[in-house]
Amino acid sequence: MLDYEVLKVIWWLFIGVLLVGFAIMDGHDMGVGTLLPFVGRNDNERRVLLNTVGAHWEGNQVWFITGGGAIFAAWPLVYATAFSGFYWAMAAVLWSLFFRPVGFDYRSKIDNPTWRNTWDWGLFLGGFVPPLIFGVAFGNLLEGVPFHFDNDLRSFYTGSFWALLNPFALLTGLVSTAMITMHGANFLMIRTDADVYRRSRTASMLFGVLAVVLFAVAGVWVATGINGFVVTGGDIPGALPNPMDKTVIVQAGAWMRNYSNYPLTMLLPVLGFLGVLLSILLAGVHKPGMAFISSSVGMSGIIGTAGVTMFPFIMPSSTDPQSSLTVWDSVSSHMTLELMFFVTLIFLPLVIFYTSWAYKVLSGKITVDFIKSNDHSAY
Amino acid sequence: MISMELVDISRIQFAAVALFHFLFVPLTLGMVFILVIMESTYVLTGKQIYKDMTQFWGKLFGINFALGVTTGITMEFQFGTNWAYYSHYVGDVFGAPLAIEGLMAFFLESTFIGLFFFGWDKLSKVKHLMVTILVAIGSNLSALWILVANGWMNNPVGSEFSYVTMRMEMTDFWDVIFNPQAQAKFVHTVSAGYVTASVFVLGISSWYLLKGRDIEFAKRSFRIAAAFGLASALSVIVLGDDSGYVVGENQQTKLAAIEAMWHTEPAPASFNLIASINEAEQKNNWAIEIPYVMGILGTRSLTKQIPGIVEIKARNKQHIINGIHAVVALTALRSNPADEAAKTAFDQYKADLGFGLLLKKYTTNVANATPRMIQQATDDTVPRVTPLFWSFRVMVAAGFSLLALLSVAFYASVKNNFMRKRWLLRWALWFIPVPWIAIELGWFVAEYGRQPWTIYGVLPTCLSASSLTAGSVYGSLAGFVLLYTGLFIVEMYLMVKFARQGPSSLYTGRYQDELRQGGSALPNAAPAEKA
Repeated sequence: MLDYEVLKVIWWLFIGVLLVGFAIMDGHDMGVGTLLPFVGRNDNERRVLLNTVGAHWEGNQVWFITGGGAIFAAWPLVYATAFSGFYWAMAAVLWSLFFRPVGFDYRSKIDNPTWRNTWDWGLFLGGFVPPLIFGVAFGNLLEGVPFHFDNDLRSFYTGSFWALLNPFALLTGLVSTAMITMHGANFLMIRTDADVYRRSRTASMLFGVLAVVLFAVAGVWVATGINGFVVTGGDIPGALPNPMDKTVIVQAGAWMRNYSNYPLTMLLPVLGFLGVLLSILLAGVHKPGMAFISSSVGMSGIIGTAGVTMFPFIMPSSTDPQSSLTVWDSVSSHMTLELMFFVTLIFLPLVIFYTSWAYKVLSGKITVDFIKSNDHSAY
Repeated sequence: MISMELVDISRIQFAAVALFHFLFVPLTLGMVFILVIMESTYVLTGKQIYKDMTQFWGKLFGINFALGVTTGITMEFQFGTNWAYYSHYVGDVFGAPLAIEGLMAFFLESTFIGLFFFGWDKLSKVKHLMVTILVAIGSNLSALWILVANGWMNNPVGSEFSYVTMRMEMTDFWDVIFNPQAQAKFVHTVSAGYVTASVFVLGISSWYLLKGRDIEFAKRSFRIAAAFGLASALSVIVLGDDSGYVVGENQQTKLAAIEAMWHTEPAPASFNLIASINEAEQKNNWAIEIPYVMGILGTRSLTKQIPGIVEIKARNKQHIINGIHAVVALTALRSNPADEAAKTAFDQYKADLGFGLLLKKYTTNVANATPRMIQQATDDTVPRVTPLFWSFRVMVAAGFSLLALLSVAFYASVKNNFMRKRWLLRWALWFIPVPWIAIELGWFVAEYGRQPWTIYGVLPTCLSASSLTAGSVYGSLAGFVLLYTGLFIVEMYLMVKFARQGPSSLYTGRYQDELRQGGSALPNAAPAEKA
């Protein structure tokens, strides 16, 4: 049997992998959704954009669904506290996602400009809103969230929806939007040609620059303008999880502690910067495949940076720091963590294997000619 | 104190989004197997018409699937947003099957569904068929894991409460998977989906036959639907009976309510075919009874007794009184885990902890519960009888009427004379909605019948909701209903449009409308692919 403490760390890594997987996979089709009304200037061009991801977005979205399920199974307290606390933000994510399955499948089934245009904006919302809100959510996690537990571990969120939209969180929301849009543009460069390709290349470089600059600003802001959290007692890694069994203080600059204590962790923000910078460069020299890999690395670095900055915190509480949720005290039982560890170890590689196969089978450029000759079967 | 308004509106939202989701899932579960049958026939015979059938019914399948996914996204997050305390309290057990569903099943289904629609020209015949089969396996495995989770809510095996972490924790995963409740529910539910899809294909094919169009296409579809449907309908009823038996063992309360059985009768009990129910006086004013049937169905024996509602309540009252000790001891342990006396008391009474928690609806301090509160909580332990009694009967009646339709349809398709039996074709057409009525009522019976619990005997519904304001949930409920209804109207519009257009929507030049427009090919005569 694996050590409980080790499993807790593994699950922190696994959730990270699922988030990164979501950003790389669902991220690129959400980026395509965000760019849809702008890069596609007429109906055929928009259909080109849609059909680059048409066969894949459905599988990619499962990274999001599975991410939710994995958080439920591995971090039930986080699942309960975050999703009920961020109630309206979650509703906005779900509602915008509603437009994707129907948007993709229904849009081109009727040949009417108003009908198609309406679904295009629905698909835009489905691509634009979720990454923005996830970024905003990460910003709020870094700042601390106003919640506390009672003696029965019932959580109470005492903030409002509008308080989530504070300047720092909006900044992290834009970091997320910029990187996802850049990534989607890289994917479009791989799968398209002509005008759509050219516009995607411009978008990739533009949003790449935005992502780098905003990420840098956010980094400075975290180092100088945001209080971090420090566990000062309790919260023993191997213990049975009980969030009330620890003491926590709020301290200026505390979010930099992991980087000074473990300098190797600096690699993550470095990867974030390098990956995005390389993506800009490679898009510039017409190497879309390499650019896609670079933006994937860059996004992994950026997401990893957010995770490592807060470690061991997952969801710090601004109003009752003791209630903060950490890697050690918001987890499932030893048995469930171990069971889910093996399930993930077996099935995630399988998923990656058959997803790659699906992409391989349907590889190649989507052109306006392709749309014209598959008028009734293409999206 | 708990706001019952919040709990009630949260329940209504959950019921609304779950029932909505469940309009689309059953058709997906069944259609995909019908597609597998059609495509297998195509691969084996090489006849183009079976490929056209796969593609056309696949188109309708896709329209339905889109809303299944739309409404499914909500389900994965709804527990966290609206049932936060539930999520914390049972996430250790309940979250695992949900996560496994994503990893093992939903990824499979969703990845290969893209290849099903877009891989026709890129894959060999056999490889494409494999893709379709994987979609079928994925969607049905999905149902398995969801029903493992749901089965556990109805019969929480393989787990134990921990006062340190203040939640249920898994003790035996195999018990959770092989929960008899889950297994019976799984087969019953997926078979119901197969019937739904069969009647859908049967009804639409009948419409083509009534209109005298696309005859070869419709005849073949009709035959497949009739055969697959009959086998499935038999399975639904046999396994439905089996899940009734399981209910009898685990959830006598649900069974007693479904049957409006107020008092324990000498074994074997009789079955109330219909009854005039008097909830206030806990009796039936009159009932038409069939002797012995209930006892035999519910216990598989002639001698075992089935307890009536009044006796169940008397038993539950004692559980509640014991449960008070458990809640008191738990409260002491939460403030001082080293309290040995509390630990001893807790171990003695912990089996009834859930029943003690029922009192939290009436008082924050369970130790001071009055006899009146205890009586109220006792009365809560049995759900209202009338809605369960009638929902169940309508569901069963619908089930048997579908069995009748599918039997006749199958017989006629063996005799090969169904094209001339216009009454049968009309019957099939008008019966398209019936499976949905049965299915939605089945969900209602299973989940309303579980009340007042979210986890039977463990966690009361009134404690499970998130600490939101009722206003927030009213707002989100309005949003869900508005969006779902709007999308549902769009979906129905497209479904009817494409069903009416029929296989000519494939633009192969081989089907009805296209011929009228001057096409030259006869139905099923042109072997060539569309250029």
